[in-house]
Amino acid sequence: MTDQNKMKNITIDNKWQDLTPGGMIFASGNSVEFRTGDWRTITPKMVWDKCKQCLLCAPMCPDSSIPVKDGKRLEFDYDHCKGCGICAKVCPFDAIVFGGEEE
Amino acid sequence: MAIQDRLSGNEAVSIAMKQINPDVMPAFPITPSTEIPQYVSQFIANGEMDTVFIPVESEHSAMSACIGSQSAGGRTVTATSSCGLALMFEMLYVAASNRLPITMAVVNRALSGPININNDHSDSMGARDSGWLQIYAENAQEAYDNFFQCMRIGEHPAVQLPVMCCQDGFITSHAVERMELIETEKVKAFMGEYKPEHYLLNPDETLAVGPYDIPQYYMEHKKAQAVAMENAREAIMEVAKEFEAMTGRKYGMIEEYRMEDAELAMIIIGSSAGTAKEACDELRAAGVKAGVIKVRVFRPFPAEEIVAALKGVKAVAIMDKTESFSANGGPMGAEVKAAMFGKLNDVLVTNYIYGIGGRDVKVDDLKSVYDKLAEMVKTGKAPEHYQYLALRD
Amino acid sequence: MKKLTEIRWHGRGGQGAKTASLLLADVAFSTGMYIQGFPEYGPERMGAPITAYNRLSDEPLRVHSNIYEPDYVAVVDETLLDAVNVTAGLKPEGAIVINTAKEPEEILPKLNGYKGKVYTLDAKKVSLATIGKNIPNTPMLAAVVRASGVMDEQLFLDNMQASFKHKFATKPEVVEGNMKALSMALEEVKVYDGSK
Repeated sequence: MTDQNKMKNITIDNKWQDLTPGGMIFASGNSVEFRTGDWRTITPKMVWDKCKQCLLCAPMCPDSSIPVKDGKRLEFDYDHCKGCGICAKVCPFDAIVFGGEEE
Repeated sequence: MAIQDRLSGNEAVSIAMKQINPDVMPAFPITPSTEIPQYVSQFIANGEMDTVFIPVESEHSAMSACIGSQSAGGRTVTATSSCGLALMFEMLYVAASNRLPITMAVVNRALSGPININNDHSDSMGARDSGWLQIYAENAQEAYDNFFQCMRIGEHPAVQLPVMCCQDGFITSHAVERMELIETEKVKAFMGEYKPEHYLLNPDETLAVGPYDIPQYYMEHKKAQAVAMENAREAIMEVAKEFEAMTGRKYGMIEEYRMEDAELAMIIIGSSAGTAKEACDELRAAGVKAGVIKVRVFRPFPAEEIVAALKGVKAVAIMDKTESFSANGGPMGAEVKAAMFGKLNDVLVTNYIYGIGGRDVKVDDLKSVYDKLAEMVKTGKAPEHYQYLALRD
Repeated sequence: MKKLTEIRWHGRGGQGAKTASLLLADVAFSTGMYIQGFPEYGPERMGAPITAYNRLSDEPLRVHSNIYEPDYVAVVDETLLDAVNVTAGLKPEGAIVINTAKEPEEILPKLNGYKGKVYTLDAKKVSLATIGKNIPNTPMLAAVVRASGVMDEQLFLDNMQASFKHKFATKPEVVEGNMKALSMALEEVKVYDGSK
């Protein structure tokens, strides 16, 4: 009952005896385990030719689904992107297509 | 050597808190429990204890702060009464479901309305299903003794639940009585240091408490909480045994008084149990086989103990110091009858509402209950409806 | 046979009837007795009639009700005789103790035909002469000890000295006045035996 990082191992197949007291969670950063990407109905897509790496999109993403490395944004984290479209709205260069012909 | 003293119930509980010297006490004053945070504040100001006292803006905040400090790993106490307990209501459930062994002194007072400051059990009985243990005292001595035991029981690894340590407002809280205090060194040894297994201020463990529970988990968590309450029975007896070894004073789930051969029994809780013993003695002297069952622990409910104590009894009166408006009797009435079902079908049962809103409970009032029981045995009939004791009608 | 003494105090909010009952409990405790001292609580404030109680016994006390048939009654404020039935339930073999400048015989018409002993004490005069303020409950305490005989008077005085020293630790100068109030009260208290 008290082993660490227990949350990762608990599933809806666990019996009541296996749960932590009061539902305590012995881990941090475990929201990454929860794939919110499957809530998405419209998917943002990058048009890399138009992207100037201005990085306006990354801080606007409410789900931290635009990873940035060495000063440059990378491909969307589709495991967690909920498809809100804010990134497309703030992009000044039309480098993000949100809802279009492919949907 | 135990220390003889003369103290009110509020003073006695405050001294228990001083001797325990818990980490945190968040509290908001309300009659008749006001003196408890008042005395503790004084002890802190005098340098007699180093508890952090948190003055808050309401009882809802008091219980919220208790939840915060107990989750952080601090031994936490508070005190309240009546409407103050009602204002805590939402947070009581959080404290219990988060499995936080907070110890709260409840000085029982009627809930408004009509507005009333005197004693009955409507406040804590209203919170009886909140997941807290409830232990009731007959007098200042028991309020003091129970406070230590309540904390130990709540902190027991198999329990980890909050506990209400109840005493009757004014009748116990404000009456000065002779009692025995325990030496502080003995208290310290009995209480030990509080070492929670998991707590938020532990730098070696990542922890989140009180998460949102989806339907796939809620029932399993509630079952675990219910099992902890069942485990409390054993913890209560274990702690009582240790307490008896220290003080010579014996405690249990219930106290049986002259029940060995009793035919007429009264089940009662709190300060009126003493008055009931006096009534019982007077009737015994007149040849009536009367007995008293004092319920000390109401949560978890001592169903088995009561059924065992009632063996051989012909008629029983279940006394409730609160109205539950079920239109079918009081909470103790319902619990005892449920416990008896299928086991003691031949016992005649009646349920009384008594002493609510501070109505004085006299020896003669309680003797009249035994008279009623004798009449029930004679006629072989129990009243169909529950009754009010000493009501003008 | 257990020796139980039950006392009922009548006063007005602010006059110290509750304090007197607690002081009596205190001093009886220090002589080794089992005690209860408690007021009847309600919304009453300064000036309203209030009641306080004592149970004093050689055996542990269990009853937690008010007292309806007291052995002794103490009336801290004479004007209550017109407002409250102070002799209700009072046992004839007991006594009533009244704070008044009047003689016991003058008070009798207000006692609803009470047949027991009547003690009077001008507690205002005593406290003004000894403490310098009208604090009637200290002299009344001594009068109640005289009337009830619950404890030896010298033992009472010795224990009160210790109690006052503790209570007035920050102002020891008032201990002497309070002790004088007690001994003067024991000299001044008068008794009328209504049963004779």
